[in-house]
Amino acid sequence: MSRRFTPKVVTANRLREGDVVYLTADDRWSPLHHEAELIEDEAHAQMRLLHANAQKLLVVGAYLADAKPGAKGPEPTHFREEFRTRGPSNYNHGKQADLAS
Amino acid sequence: MYSYSDFDEAFVRSRVAQFTNQVERRLDGSLTEDEFRPLRLMNGLYLQLHAYMLRVAIPYGTISPRQMRQLAYIADTWDKGYGHFTTRQNIQFNWPKLPDVPAILSALADVEMHAIQTSGNCVRNVTADHFAGAAADEIADPRPYAELLRQWSTDHPEFQFLPRKFKIAITGSPNDRAVTKAHDIGLRMVRNAAGEPGFEVIVGGGLGRTPMIGMTVRDFLPEADLLPYVEAVLSVYNVLGRRDNKYKARIKITLHETGKEEITRMVEEEFARLRPLFGGNDQKLLADIRAAFAPPAFRNAPVDAYDAFYKADPVFRAWADTNLTQHRNDQYAIVTVSIKAHGATPGDATSEQMRLLADLAEKYGHSDLRISHEQNVILPHVHKSDLPALHAALVKAGLGTANVGLLSDIIACPGMDYCALATARSIPVAQELATHFEALKLEHEIGPLKIKISGCINACGHHHVGHIGILGLDRAGVENYQITLGGDGTEDAVIGEKTGPGFAYTEIVPAIERILRAYLELRTEPSETFLQAYKRVGMEPFKAALYNTEDAQDAA
Ligand code: HEM
Ligand code: SF4
Repeated sequence: MSRRFTPKVVTANRLREGDVVYLTADDRWSPLHHEAELIEDEAHAQMRLLHANAQKLLVVGAYLADAKPGAKGPEPTHFREEFRTRGPSNYNHGKQADLAS
Repeated sequence: MYSYSDFDEAFVRSRVAQFTNQVERRLDGSLTEDEFRPLRLMNGLYLQLHAYMLRVAIPYGTISPRQMRQLAYIADTWDKGYGHFTTRQNIQFNWPKLPDVPAILSALADVEMHAIQTSGNCVRNVTADHFAGAAADEIADPRPYAELLRQWSTDHPEFQFLPRKFKIAITGSPNDRAVTKAHDIGLRMVRNAAGEPGFEVIVGGGLGRTPMIGMTVRDFLPEADLLPYVEAVLSVYNVLGRRDNKYKARIKITLHETGKEEITRMVEEEFARLRPLFGGNDQKLLADIRAAFAPPAFRNAPVDAYDAFYKADPVFRAWADTNLTQHRNDQYAIVTVSIKAHGATPGDATSEQMRLLADLAEKYGHSDLRISHEQNVILPHVHKSDLPALHAALVKAGLGTANVGLLSDIIACPGMDYCALATARSIPVAQELATHFEALKLEHEIGPLKIKISGCINACGHHHVGHIGILGLDRAGVENYQITLGGDGTEDAVIGEKTGPGFAYTEIVPAIERILRAYLELRTEPSETFLQAYKRVGMEPFKAALYNTEDAQDAA
């Protein structure tokens, strides 16, 4: 039984700062979800995850998160990933503050 | 309060040096994350959703003004100007950067604090009644025993790799304010027929995915047997505890799988072997420790000013009625400072608030401060004549909220705003409940009520023992909140019962309102509390209020 592959992005936290980042198609780690590479193929997803995990001095805890195409680029589908793009809801801390300035 | 010996000082400093080196080696690539992770966890450093988090122990909840100021300094220098007090009498900093953590640990060591054993499968920070040494109902101050346990368990070679984390709580009062029955070992001070103090030993309590109330394995343990007995319990657990399955690894499961009788037999056998090996040095140490917890020099002064003010000022009276607890010295009161102004994040204190509390403790509170598992700050010894001035200073700083023990005095875990394990948010639910009922002006009418919220089944927010418990779950990609009723964390501990299907994020506050309106309708008189009413009428009327409405039908 073949199930359709849900598109993914590779995400992790920066080793030094802990900030949430996304792997871009040109191998950068971006704080912006919509700059991530949207991966539509399972085998490619695994390759990209391996690539991410090899960057031990840059990031920790890389994993594949579900995403969908959007107007500006990939968008999260699950609320957890949506929160990770912003920061906590009780204070204007994290990305929602850092990226606004 | 207890002050570090040369040994403690050297131990903590050497740990800071070790960890500093480990961080350097992680940053230069000599250590992989897999190698580094257990090392950072041993030092209280987690990686959460948006950043690292450093968990610092506040042993048995006791903290000095100097330490409190240092926490404020750390919050300002390396974090975002605040800290989060937790149900385990720790403080968590939510935004440290990895290269800064060694400096933070060093700043903590400067004031005799650390983050050791605040994580990992070891004996965690020993928690105690936050009113210890002050409560009128106390048999003896439990903190010397807690300190003894801390010294014994810190870096104990046999217990660094337990099957799972191990939590000990201790109370010196028959009225249990330390939730001892929900800990791996709970110790409750009692007296035997001869009037000597000792402990009721409760084993195998715990919350999380399989909540259980602990079982009493000894009705009376003489004081002098404390360490050998606790060591016997841990040894038996260390051998029997399941290392094959993390969800079955806590002692509560060991107890249930092995049976109380068999475990008790094994513990007693091990105890008989260990007891003679304790030659009395532990008791000498205890005597020294006890001297460090001598009560302050209480003042003897008139309290008429307090009585007059209480009669005259309704705002002060409301605060005094909710936030004061009886002190064992009649002229004194225990002050609980609510750091839960309506709409604030439960447990969070800003650096400014920390500094003010430190100042007020020095000015009015014999320089003693406590952190409660209910996430408030306590001034345990305040002379009644100082209460009006203290209250005025608190009000000025926005810390005068009169809500201790009421609806808005909510325990909430960090939930999905910070925690990587969360399945839903808990902080905004707490904030909205508090502001909603504040707008309705209902919380004083509702009276004593404990609402506790967790953002996943790990139950860090103690929801199982909340009179109303709220558990945030992920149901098919949306936040969903399950309600439990009738939980109780006191000496009569009970795990709450589920009401039925959960509620969406936007539905949870109205659902709680329906429960509370039903309670107001059915209570026999205003003095019948929510918990008493629930015990009398059971689940049905609340279920009806929750689910027999058109809104609820749509939601379910
Ligand atoms: C990074 C944040 C946290 C993580 C990863 C975490 C992890 C966990 C886990 C996995 C459990 C379940 C243990 C079990 O069932 O065996 C647990 C239980 C618990 N945690 Fe946390 N926790 C976090 C934050 C907190 C906070 C902020 C508090 C205090 C407000 C807290 C207090 C507790 C308590 C009281 C329990 C339940 C008692 C028990 O151990 O059975 N934790 N935690
Ligand atoms: S209950 Fe769950 S969400 Fe809340 S702090 Fe604990 S692990 Fe995190």
